[in-house]
Amino acid sequence: MDADIALILLQDGVVNGAIYALLALSLVLVFAVTRVILIPQGEIVAYGALTYAALDEGRLPGSVWLLGALGVGAFLAGLFADRRVLARGAVLRLALETLAVPVAVAALAWFAAPRKLGVAIEALLTLAIVTPMAPYLYRLAFQPLAEASVLTLLIASIGVHLALLGLGLVFFGPEGYRAQGFSDARYALGGVVIPGQAVWIVGTTLALIAALYLFFEYSLAGKALRATAVNRLGARLVGIGTALSGRIAFLLAGLIGTLSGILIAPLTTVYYDSGFLIGLKGFVAAIIGGLVSYPVAALAAILVGCVESLSSFYASAFKEVIVFTIIIPVLLWRSLRGEAGEEE
Amino acid sequence: MRRLAIMLLAAGALSICAGAAWAQIKIGVTISTTGPAASLGVPQRNSIALMPKEIGGQTVEYLVLDDAGDSTKAVANARKLIDESNVDALVGSSTTPASLAMIDVAAEKQVPMISLAASARLIGPMDVQRRWVFKTPQNDSLMADAIAVHMAGAGVKTVGFIGFNDAYGDGWLNEATRAFAVHGIKLVATERFARTDTSVTGQVLKLVAAKPDAVLIAGAGTPAALPQKALHERGYAGKYYQTHGIANADFLRVGGKDVEGTVLPVGPVLVAAQLPDDNPIKAVALDYVRRYEAANGVGSVATFGAHAMDAGIILQAAIPIALKSAKPGTPEFRAALRDAIEGDKELVLTHGVSTMTPQDHNGFDQRARVMVGIEGGAWKLLP
Repeated sequence: MDADIALILLQDGVVNGAIYALLALSLVLVFAVTRVILIPQGEIVAYGALTYAALDEGRLPGSVWLLGALGVGAFLAGLFADRRVLARGAVLRLALETLAVPVAVAALAWFAAPRKLGVAIEALLTLAIVTPMAPYLYRLAFQPLAEASVLTLLIASIGVHLALLGLGLVFFGPEGYRAQGFSDARYALGGVVIPGQAVWIVGTTLALIAALYLFFEYSLAGKALRATAVNRLGARLVGIGTALSGRIAFLLAGLIGTLSGILIAPLTTVYYDSGFLIGLKGFVAAIIGGLVSYPVAALAAILVGCVESLSSFYASAFKEVIVFTIIIPVLLWRSLRGEAGEEE
Repeated sequence: MRRLAIMLLAAGALSICAGAAWAQIKIGVTISTTGPAASLGVPQRNSIALMPKEIGGQTVEYLVLDDAGDSTKAVANARKLIDESNVDALVGSSTTPASLAMIDVAAEKQVPMISLAASARLIGPMDVQRRWVFKTPQNDSLMADAIAVHMAGAGVKTVGFIGFNDAYGDGWLNEATRAFAVHGIKLVATERFARTDTSVTGQVLKLVAAKPDAVLIAGAGTPAALPQKALHERGYAGKYYQTHGIANADFLRVGGKDVEGTVLPVGPVLVAAQLPDDNPIKAVALDYVRRYEAANGVGSVATFGAHAMDAGIILQAAIPIALKSAKPGTPEFRAALRDAIEGDKELVLTHGVSTMTPQDHNGFDQRARVMVGIEGGAWKLLP
């Protein structure tokens, strides 16, 4: 292996790692705030990619109907949850959040899809279609269980994953799609050609990490999320709604997942079931970060990407095995240090 | 009024039940209409809808179950179809692992089974269990030989191989290695990738470094376009060969201009309209394509669905013969049906002409494959 090949492999690893980093961050975020291990994050990625690819081809994506269905589900779940304290204002707010949003988004998509309004509009529209699904899922599946154990939440999470997988097949079909890239530009840098799409991916990841930092450090909602993560009971005592925190966490996770999907859609062919494996690699990185540390998780994600890329060169038949084996020494080290005591 | 409604309802329910019971022959189908093999299973399900509802004066009912490409589920489906519905024959499953698992059930219950999966291991080496198993897709060896012959004719001396990291890739690696050795072609690089991979840069760099005259990509469906796109990106200028696993319109859509000039062996149904008129397969294949597209839209036909149709044609030919010696729903009928299928001579299917023997439960010969190139975003029959 000469230096050129090593550089190309590392570049490839960093690009894939940047996607895993985004997913790892959202997994850490959701776990810290709600204690849910968000397995369906992979499906959100696949939905994002497939929705973007459909818009890119000028078709109305099937996810529009799914968004509507989830919205109605979330509306009914919301009504049921607050059935004892229903006031007209609350119902109106709920309807606005769960019914008006899908209708407005669907109308926009119906108007914009056949017109092919360019990459930026299509990406924004994709965000508008897929992102709200995550908070709707929270209302439907996780909010009623908010006080349950981590294991119960994990089981619910697997259930949601399986349901979304099936729905993905119904709404997108069995075949894969691939979208046009944001940029066909190529930059030469010391003998290595860097495609424009790679710059977009790494740039978006860095920008998003910076934005998340600012959000958690300086905004009220961000501070509320951090407070909930540190101590749920304490946060409630000082007047922070944990249900609202959960919805915001899921909204952010949905946003990040959809964005990841939009970023990988031009890199590879995405299928309705592609998301799980991508999400799993983000999960490996999140585990290395102990499901609490954002910077460690992000760095670990880059490491996962590079290990994957190098192992695909040296031993392509064992690539996945090598990638998922990374988790074993980390778990050993964590349990030997003995700090991962049961918190329940 | 209310009583009338109830009576009407009851009558309706009765007639529905009776409709199911009236069918004299039952065919159990388990295919992968969801899960990773859904792009095989969906056109197969659509093809089953086109199969004849009456054969030899008997009504035929098709009971279609989904196994999601899962071996355990396929076995459970097969048992359910046999134990609860007393089917006369099994069709399926779509993938090799699921079909392999079903062999035990078919042999134990003595029900003839027609698999829609490709591996030659399903029907060979012939033994007591595989007596009951037939399959409609061509053997990989037939296709690998065709590729090797074409390569030798095109002056290819060295080949790089990149295949799926599963049974499909393994099978092709074995067959291709054998076929290449026969024709004096050297395999200089062997790489593997997974259906779900988002990047194959590492494998492609290694392939390019080995500088082969041609690259053979052994993948099924649209994921097989990924290595080819990556090879193009790295400026690989040699010839590209693919396998018949990619032969549907979605591959052309995903591959775009990067797959122009690719050569692959495939069942003749894919280019039915371009076949010479004296080819007996042309009429059968065109009829299938016309009926499939009438029901599912223009350009929707895929070779995978045609494998299911072939199973239907085989049953259509065998059932009248079996009916002469036994009544449907009995073990005798199932045994007679098995013998009748094994006795097929020069039966024209959409994918070729089949002559079964006790040793060969596929029966295809050279006529079951043609070489096809991708030109201008369409399949083009090569001489």
